[in-house]
Formats: sequence, C-alpha cells, structure tokens
Amino acid sequence: MSSEQEAESIRCLVAKVGLDGHDRGAHVIARAFRDAGFEVIYSGLHKAPDEIVQAAVQEDVDVLGISILSGAHDTLVPKIMDGLEEYGAAEDTLVLAGGVIPEEDRDELREQGVAAIFGPGTSVEETIEFVRENAPQR
Amino acid sequence: MSMDADDRSLLEDLLAGEHRALARVISKIENRAPGYRDLVSELYAHTGNADVIGITGSPGAGKSTLVDKLAETYRDRGETVGVIAIDPSSPFTGGAVLGDRIRMASTVGDMDVFVRSMSARGTLGGLSTATADAVKAMDAFGKDKIIIETVGAGQNEIDIVRTADTVAVLVPPGSGDDIQTLKAGILEIGDVFVVNKADRDGADRTVQELRDMVQLGDESGFDGGGGHHSQEIIDAHDDWDGESADADETDEGWTPPIVETVAIHGTGVDAFIDELAAHRHYLVDSGEHAEQVRTRYAEEIRTLLREDVHTMLEDELAAAGGIDDLAEAVRQGETDPYSIATDVLEPVEACLENLETDTRE
Repeated sequence: MSSEQEAESIRCLVAKVGLDGHDRGAHVIARAFRDAGFEVIYSGLHKAPDEIVQAAVQEDVDVLGISILSGAHDTLVPKIMDGLEEYGAAEDTLVLAGGVIPEEDRDELREQGVAAIFGPGTSVEETIEFVRENAPQR
Repeated sequence: MSMDADDRSLLEDLLAGEHRALARVISKIENRAPGYRDLVSELYAHTGNADVIGITGSPGAGKSTLVDKLAETYRDRGETVGVIAIDPSSPFTGGAVLGDRIRMASTVGDMDVFVRSMSARGTLGGLSTATADAVKAMDAFGKDKIIIETVGAGQNEIDIVRTADTVAVLVPPGSGDDIQTLKAGILEIGDVFVVNKADRDGADRTVQELRDMVQLGDESGFDGGGGHHSQEIIDAHDDWDGESADADETDEGWTPPIVETVAIHGTGVDAFIDELAAHRHYLVDSGEHAEQVRTRYAEEIRTLLREDVHTMLEDELAAAGGIDDLAEAVRQGETDPYSIATDVLEPVEACLENLETDTRE
C-alpha cells in the first residue's frame, strides 16, 4: 500500500566538521539526497565532533555523511566514531566520508569504520546508489 | 497489549533515560514499524508531566531561533527540553531537507536538549499522529518542556498544534496584510502572540494590529456580556494595554497576550516564558486543561479508528482485485463510486449490526 511506502524513509545527516568554511559540496549532496527521497538533516558549518554525534544520535540517522576539505579528517573522524560508539550508534550507522581525502589516508579511515569514501569527481548517482544498497536495515 | 522482547528492552531503556532508545522509539513511531502501537500504548502510563508548547508562524518568522533561545533559557532554569522540529517534505519524492536544527546552536553538546527533526511524510493525518506519539515518547522519557515547532501556517499546523497545551503564534513585523488574511486561523489557535524581530520597522504597528484583533476576538467569542471592552472604549483609550485585563482573566477566559522578542539576541524571551507559564496556570486553574486533554484523547481515539478502518477497507479492496478495476468500471460507465462504496461497506455494516446485537445480550 502506498501509505506504507511513504512511511519508510532513509534518514541522513550531512555533516561539516571543523574549520573548513566551504559547504557547496555538502549543499549539493543534501539536495541530491532530498531529490532521491531521503530525509536529510544538514548540520551547518563549523561543527565540533560532539555536536555531530549528538545530532546523529538524536535524529537516529541511518547514514552519516561527513564532508571534509580541510585535511583534518585524521583527527576529526576518529572523534566522531568514538562518540557514536559511546551511544551505541556506531554499529548501525552507515558512515561515509567525502571531500578532499588523500589516497594514503583512506585505509585508516576505513579501519575506523568509514564504509566508503567519495572523493572529488564522484557522481552523485553513485553515492545515492551506495546509500540505497548499504543503508542499515533495522 | 503484548510487546516482543526487543521492544520491551527498548521501552525500559527509554524510561531509564537512554537517548539512543528515545531516538529509536521516535523512528519506530515515524516509520509505523511493526509493534510501534504496542510501544506507544505502553508509553501512556508514563506521560502527563511535560508542558507541551507549540510554536507556529509563517516561514521566516524566526521560529527556530526563538525555540533555540527558549530551550536555552529553560536549561538555565534547570529544566530538560525536547524539541520536535517539523519541516516540509517533497510531495513528489518524499525527500526533505530538515534545516531547523542548524539554528539550535545555543544548546549543542547538551544532550538534555533533545532535538528531533520530522518531515511531513505520509498522509491522512499521519504527521499529527506521529507528532503526538513522539511527544508521548519525550514525555515518558522525562522531558519537562516539549516544544513543537511547525512548518508554517496552514491546515496541517492546526492539527499539530492541537497536540500542544499552549500555542504561540509568531508574527513578523510588517505582516499587516497577512494578519488580515490569516485572522480567523490565528485567532483560533494562538494562546500567546509573539512579534519577533521587534527591533524592525513596523513592529509597533504589528503589535497594535494584533491588539485590535485580540480585542475583537475577545468580544465576539466566549460567553459575552460583562467586563468586555466595547470598540468605543478601546478607541477612546489609545494607551490601552493587554495587561490590564489580567485581573479578571479567570472569569472571562484567556486573553492572548502579545509579547515582543528579538530572538536572535534573546530579548524578550523571559517575558515570553512568563506568558507561557501564565497560560499553563490559567489552563489548570480554570479546568480547561482537563477538558483539553480529554478532547485530545478523543481525537486520538477517532484518528486511530479511522486509520484502522481505512486499512481494513484497503485490504478488502485489494482482496477484491484492487481499486483499479473498480475505477475502470466507473470510467466505462458501468457503475459509479457511490454504488461501489455501498457495496463494499454492506458486509461491514452487517457485521457491525451483529456486533451490536451481541453486546446488547
């Protein structure tokens, strides 16, 4: 029945952490996710890892997309992952990273629990497809 | 009602104050996930302690900013806060960007302000049911104040604000013409009016227009007669001030006060909170609160019954081969919607009649 289809929705938090002040990409992703039928919560700029964790937990998001251009992913992402762990949310939140993340840093992020990393040039469709296929079933 | 073991432990975690459990219960409510009804029905026993405040007003009136300051002030006073922020969803894809959270900056990092964004997904009063149930979850969790921030003015809003004990309507300065057009709706749902962005040009005029409106509404509504100001008296008193009606408020019903705020600077927020508290006292003292709660439960029962019957009939239609064939039959001129409705409902009516006989025996 159609009303049941409407009831289920993938919830995503699009997050900007740290000092980088450029969120054009985050906006593009937020809008593309919206058009894909997801519910998107956008964090706004300059958020601390704690704030992102708080939002992810309270909003009970299926997907957390972290956009970082500043190069601070080594320090910020682990803090977020630890916070999610603290609230028991790490296990069933699909964490994605996007932005400028050098190849040599990627394995470490994956080890920390980041499911996928989307660098510059990734098509929006690819990201949406990944979310559709990998969003946790609860 | 019965719950499975997972939901049982989820409920226990919620009652124990685990944020993750509260978040998860609200998701179940929004998704109408299997078992959500049993869960909500268990919540009722733990509710009734929170003050529920609805904040509505046109887009851009500053609702989120005011809610942020409100939450901050309540926290400073040692109270815990739950916020449900509702944003529109696309009628085409169902997708939504829920942006109110961005403006809740004063209280980030403080888990005792629990902000939950909801989109207007679903139809058939689904949003107001989900909102009411989410309020139950926050209430059972132990929040002292629950603030519902609605999308903007519209029919849906009126449904949602019925979930609140006290409704504040934000009116931005210079919206004189809007006030005129919204008059009926605003007058009916507002318990407190807030002229936000009161430092802007036209704020005084907006306050004055609201005052005139409130006074007119006061005159035409309620039991009429003694103590009401006539238009002549109001006209003769340019300095007339809403506060002067305070003394005889309990006799006359509630006269919505008008508060001026500059939410972005926190100006007027304390006065606003005082008026919210005054309304709360009025509700309890006048006995209106009991009436309000009764009405709300009556609506909830009706809505649930409507939804259930609707679902049963949809299933029935599906079993009978789907609605498309019936619609096609109407298109072909073979029958009409009224006859179909009568036919489909006939067995239901028969059942109900039997049921009635059974209960009488």
